[in-house]
Amino acid sequence: MVIFGIYIVSKSGGLIFNYDNNVPKIEKEKKFSYPLDIKLRVENKKIVVEFGERDGIHVGHVLYSINGIGVTGQQMDDGQDALEFLNKKENYPVVIKFGRPKMTTNEKIFLASMFYPLFAIASQLSPEPKSSGIEVLEADTFRLNCFQTLTGVKIMIVSDPSQTGVEILLKRLYEIYADYALKNPFYSLEMPIRCELFDNNLKSLLEQIEKVGITNI
Amino acid sequence: MSRSTTRFDTKKVNSELVTLTYGALVAQMIKDLDNTDDVSKQIERLGYNMGIRLIEDFLAKTGSGRCLDLKETADKIQTAFKMYLGVQPNVTNWSSSGDEFSFMLDSNPLTELVELPDDLKGLKYCNIICGAIRGALEMVQLDVQSWIVQDQLKGDQSTEVRVKFIRRLEDAMPAGED
Repeated sequence: MVIFGIYIVSKSGGLIFNYDNNVPKIEKEKKFSYPLDIKLRVENKKIVVEFGERDGIHVGHVLYSINGIGVTGQQMDDGQDALEFLNKKENYPVVIKFGRPKMTTNEKIFLASMFYPLFAIASQLSPEPKSSGIEVLEADTFRLNCFQTLTGVKIMIVSDPSQTGVEILLKRLYEIYADYALKNPFYSLEMPIRCELFDNNLKSLLEQIEKVGITNI
Repeated sequence: MSRSTTRFDTKKVNSELVTLTYGALVAQMIKDLDNTDDVSKQIERLGYNMGIRLIEDFLAKTGSGRCLDLKETADKIQTAFKMYLGVQPNVTNWSSSGDEFSFMLDSNPLTELVELPDDLKGLKYCNIICGAIRGALEMVQLDVQSWIVQDQLKGDQSTEVRVKFIRRLEDAMPAGED
């Protein structure tokens, strides 16, 4: 069973819950000598590989660390500028770790609110009247299933394209949301869900699916 | 759906626990606020806040779809009564235009052990039900008014909860359904 992530978007379009589930970690560490044969570029305050794909380092990967020193944004954790460091010949050979860019919470919130108008547009574009919005969105590496409740809350699951039975999981998630988020008197509607019981039940549901399969839950 | 209802079998509690807890709540409110009308209003608000959360539970457990007719809505509220209060009220007294109806409760678990003292005759003890109905329907984009017509606590045969349809909240309709 391959579920990559779960998102819940409130009626007004804000991301109120997000859970990343077993996303495979892609990281690659390699020793480089001067001059660096990979073209790097600054993009969205991150250093990304622009060109020169090899040894599991792909275009679009970001710089994680240099010689074991973490890189946040453009700066190394010891205060040096990462690109400047890599431009100096005396610093070589260096060990650089690249990996898939991680989405920050802000980016997730941003993407979730982008899905909202897409969903609305889909229902408007429809040649048939009274169409729903996007229910399934498929790409070659993932599939997004979206379930909108009658009250307007959207529950989304990003899974492997071959994953079946996601609809059942969506229904179960809705039940868990109704039970552990909404019945918690200290949870206010439309606000991010920070309820431990909700998290625990969601995790145990996912574990259960892992063990017995999605159709048996 | 059958499997999920058995698994999610609502934990049965003795209705007396509900009756007593609710009674304690109302008694405390009467102590805190000296005006019975204010208490009635607060109870209704309490019910409203419960309703806007409870609807999600109802939809998740029953998997019911959107109502396009008030008769359907009445039926569904009837099942909700069964789910949450363990009573099955009759749906009666439809207005000729079909936008108003009543639930008749022969027995009401909320009032089972209750007698209203004379100085509290104005109290709408069961207003929480009206609030819950209003809140729940508002979340599915139906604006209704709900009030108590008859009350067993006031010597009537049964408790009558009246529901009046005001309008559909079209602007609150979620995308993909408007």
